[in-house]
Amino acid sequence: MSEEGKPARPARVPFAPSSRDWLEPTTKFAAGRWSYSAKPKSLRTLGFPNPRDWSPDQADWKLPENWKEIILQGLRERMDRFRSLRLFMDCCVRCGACADKCHYFIGTGDPKNMPVLRAELLRSVYRGEMTLAGRLLGRWAGGRRLTPEVLKEWFYYFYQCTECRRCSVFCPFGIDQAEITMLGRELLNLLGLNINWVMEPAAKCFTTGNHLGITPHGLKDNLEFFVDSIEEITGVRVNPSINRKGADVLFVAPSGDLLAEPGIFTLMGYLLVLHQSGLNYTWSSYASEGGNFGMFASHELMKGLNAKIYAEARRLGVKWILGGECGHMWRVAHQYMETMNGPADFLQEPISPITGTHFQNARTTRMVHIAEFTADLIQQGKLKLAPERNDRYRVTFHDSCNPARSMGLLEEPRYILRSTCRHFHEMPAETIREKTFCCGCGAGLGGEECMDLRMRGGIPRAEAVRSVREKYGVNLLSSICAIDRAVLPTLMDHWVPGVGVAGLHELVGNALVLDGEKERTINLRGEPLHEGET
Amino acid sequence: MLPLVAVAALALMAWTGAGWPRLEPFYGVILPYGALLAFLVGMSWRVLSWTRSPVPFNITTTCGQQYSLPWIRSSRLENPHTRWGAAGRVVLEMLLFRSLLRNVQHEWVESGREGAAPKLVFKSSPGLWLAALVFHYSMLLVLLHHARFFLEPVLGWVRGLDRLDAFFQLGSAAFYVSGLTLILALLYLLARRWWLPWLRYLSLPADYFPLYLLLGVALTGGMMHYSTRANVPAAKDFCLGLARLRPAGLSGLGPLFHVHLTLACLLLAYVPFSKLAHMVSLPLSPTRNLPGAGRMTRHVNPWNAPVKTHSYADYENEYRDKMRAAGIPLEKEAP
Repeated sequence: MSEEGKPARPARVPFAPSSRDWLEPTTKFAAGRWSYSAKPKSLRTLGFPNPRDWSPDQADWKLPENWKEIILQGLRERMDRFRSLRLFMDCCVRCGACADKCHYFIGTGDPKNMPVLRAELLRSVYRGEMTLAGRLLGRWAGGRRLTPEVLKEWFYYFYQCTECRRCSVFCPFGIDQAEITMLGRELLNLLGLNINWVMEPAAKCFTTGNHLGITPHGLKDNLEFFVDSIEEITGVRVNPSINRKGADVLFVAPSGDLLAEPGIFTLMGYLLVLHQSGLNYTWSSYASEGGNFGMFASHELMKGLNAKIYAEARRLGVKWILGGECGHMWRVAHQYMETMNGPADFLQEPISPITGTHFQNARTTRMVHIAEFTADLIQQGKLKLAPERNDRYRVTFHDSCNPARSMGLLEEPRYILRSTCRHFHEMPAETIREKTFCCGCGAGLGGEECMDLRMRGGIPRAEAVRSVREKYGVNLLSSICAIDRAVLPTLMDHWVPGVGVAGLHELVGNALVLDGEKERTINLRGEPLHEGET
Repeated sequence: MLPLVAVAALALMAWTGAGWPRLEPFYGVILPYGALLAFLVGMSWRVLSWTRSPVPFNITTTCGQQYSLPWIRSSRLENPHTRWGAAGRVVLEMLLFRSLLRNVQHEWVESGREGAAPKLVFKSSPGLWLAALVFHYSMLLVLLHHARFFLEPVLGWVRGLDRLDAFFQLGSAAFYVSGLTLILALLYLLARRWWLPWLRYLSLPADYFPLYLLLGVALTGGMMHYSTRANVPAAKDFCLGLARLRPAGLSGLGPLFHVHLTLACLLLAYVPFSKLAHMVSLPLSPTRNLPGAGRMTRHVNPWNAPVKTHSYADYENEYRDKMRAAGIPLEKEAP
C-alpha cells in the first residue's frame, strides 16, 4: 500500500483464500475494497426500502426484522421472472474457465472474485434454502443457509463486480456474472443495502435529469462555456440548443462530459461534429443523462430513469435519437430501452439527413450511437479531416465493456481513429474487443474509498497500456465511455504515468476542419498542435 | 474423498447384490426402467422449470462486430443479427465448445531487468477445451457402440462406427480408441480439480461425484470388454429384452456387469438433478441464443410494469423560473 491506499506496484498476486472452504462466509472487509453506504435521502427520493444511516464496517446493518423472508421471497420472484437467473442457478459445471477472466481476481487474488465463486455465493443459498438436496445434505450438496454473515458476504462481493461481462464471453454456457450481480444487488436493495456512489447519482438523475445534478440553467451555462472555448480555438461559433421543438434529432450524452476533464473535450468534439454536419438537433435538460445508474440497483430503477429519453423525444417531436460516448448507457440503449419503455413508434427509423444512410441496425429502438453516425459521415466523405493535428498523440483504444460485449461496437470507433489520428496502435489481442478488460471502476465502483480495489482491478488494462507504451510510445488512451474518462486518468497516473485519456470525439474534434475556421494552433485541450511548439 | 467413497460403496453394493437371486428383479427391471423414467421425467421437469420463466430482455453477450453500416463486415456468428445466425452460434457452441476454445490463462512474467516490475501476459490454454471435447465425443461414441446390444440385427452404421473406432485387435477383443480417450479425458478433468489450487478450492462434492461415477462405468465396461468376452451374448439378451419391454433377466452375467449396470443407471437418473443437466441448458441460455442486434428487433417483456418516474411536467414546475431566465423553451409559461 502506498499513497491514498493504492497498491504500490503490479505484481503477481498470490492466490490467497481466507478460509479452507469457500462455504465459510468471508466477514472481514479489506480496507479500500468496499464502498460507502447510500445516504437515506437518496433512497427516500427513489422510494427505495429501509432508508437509514448505516455503514458496512459496523456490526449492525439495521436490517428489517423479516429480512430473510424478504430475500428468499425476492429470489423466488426473480427466478420466476428471469430465465437467466433460473438457468444460471442450475447449469454451472464449475469448470473454472471464467476464473481468471475477472480483472478483480487477477488484481486481488481473492478466490471469491472468481466469477464462478461470486455466483456460487448466491447459488449456495439457492441450493441450501430452496432445493431438496441442498436442504437434506447441506454442505455436501454445496448448500448453505442464508445468515447475516452470508448476506454481508454478498454485499462485499456483489459490489466487487463491475458487470463487465468478460467472464460470460469465456463461459461454455454463456453464464453471465453481470446478470447475477444485477439481480444479487436487486435483492440487497430490498433491504436497503446499497452504496452511495450508485444511489446518489441515481437520485439526482431522478429529479434533475442527470447524475451530476446539473440544473437546466447550469446546462445552458456549461454549453455556453464550451461554445466560447470552441470559438477561441477554431474561430467558429457553434450554436447548440436546449429543449427545442422542431429539431430532427434529440442528442443525449453522459452528463459526466459536461463537467470534468477530459470528458468536456469529448463534448466539445460532439459539438463540432454536429455543427459541421449540419444536423438539426437539440439537447434536453430533462433527459440530460444517457448513463443509467439505475442499472446498478434494480431493473425498475433502470427503467424509471431511462423512461425520460423516450418521453422527451416524444414531447419534443424529434424523428430519432442520437447518443454520445458512454458504456453502460449503451448497454441500456441496445438491450433494455425499447423493451422497457417502447415501442418507439412515435419516432421514425433513423436516417442520416446528411448522407441518407438508413441505420437499419437501430430501426426499432431508433437510437444511433454517435460513433456510427460519425463513421458514416467520414466514410461518405462528408467531413474534411486533418489527422496531422493529432500528431502529438500516439493513440491506443480501450474497448469499453458494454459497447464491446453488449453491442459489438468495435470497428466504428477504430475506423474513426484511423481517419483522425496518424499513430494508432492496438493493445494485445487478449485485452481488446470482446476480450477487453474493464477500467476497474464500472457499475458504481468509482468511489475514492474503494481505491485499492479500483487500482487492482485496473491492473490488466494498465498492463496492456504499458506494453504498447513500451513498444510504440503510446501516450494517449482513447475510449468511448464516460466512466473511463473519469477513472482511467487516475489509473494511468498510478500504473503508467505519462499516458493521457481521451474520448473518441475529442480526437475527431481536433482533426475536423470546420467551414470558415481560422488556422488552428492548439487542440481542444489548449495544447500546441505539435510537440515542441509553444 | 466423500464422492469417491460414495461411488465405491455403490459399486460394492452392486457387486455383492449380484450373488442374490432374489434381487434379480431389482437389477433387471426396477433399476434400468426406473433410471430411464427418472431421466425422462427429470429432464422434462428441468426443461419446463427453466422455460417456465420468461426471457424479459435481450441480454446477448456479443463477441464480435455488430451488424451496422453496410461497409463494415459484421460477425455473423459471434454477434448474429438474425435468428438463423443465433441458431448457428448455439449449434456450433454445442458441437465445438467455441467459448472454451477462447480460453487464455493469465501469467506474470519477470521482465528480467533489475528493479523492473513483472509483466502480465496471457497464454492460450486449450487443455480444458480439448479434454472436454474428447470426453464428450468419446462418450457419444461409446454410447453409440452400445447400440449393438439393443438392436437385432445390428444396423450397418453401428458396424461402420465399430470399424472406424477399432483400429486393431487386442487379444480377441476389438480395441476401441474411444474407450481409452474417454478414460484419459476423465482422468485429466479429475486431475485438474486435484492439482490446480484455485479449482480445488471452488470444487464441490457434486463436481467429483459424476467424474468418479463416469470413471466407474467406463472402467467396468472396459474390464468386461477386454476380459470377460464370454458374457456378451447374455448381455445382449438382457439389453434386447429391455429394449423390447420383455426383460430377460440377468442369468449368466457376473458381478462386474451388475456394477456397470448399476453405476450407469445411477448416472442416468442423476443427470436431471445435477449439473449434468447442462446438456440441455446451452440452447436455452439467453446470452447465447438471441440475435445480438438489440436495437433492430422488438423484444417483449411479458411482466413489464409501470414504474415510478419523474415527469417532465413536475420537472418544469420545479425549474420554470430558472429555465425562463436561461431562455430555455417552456411548455407552460405559468404553473
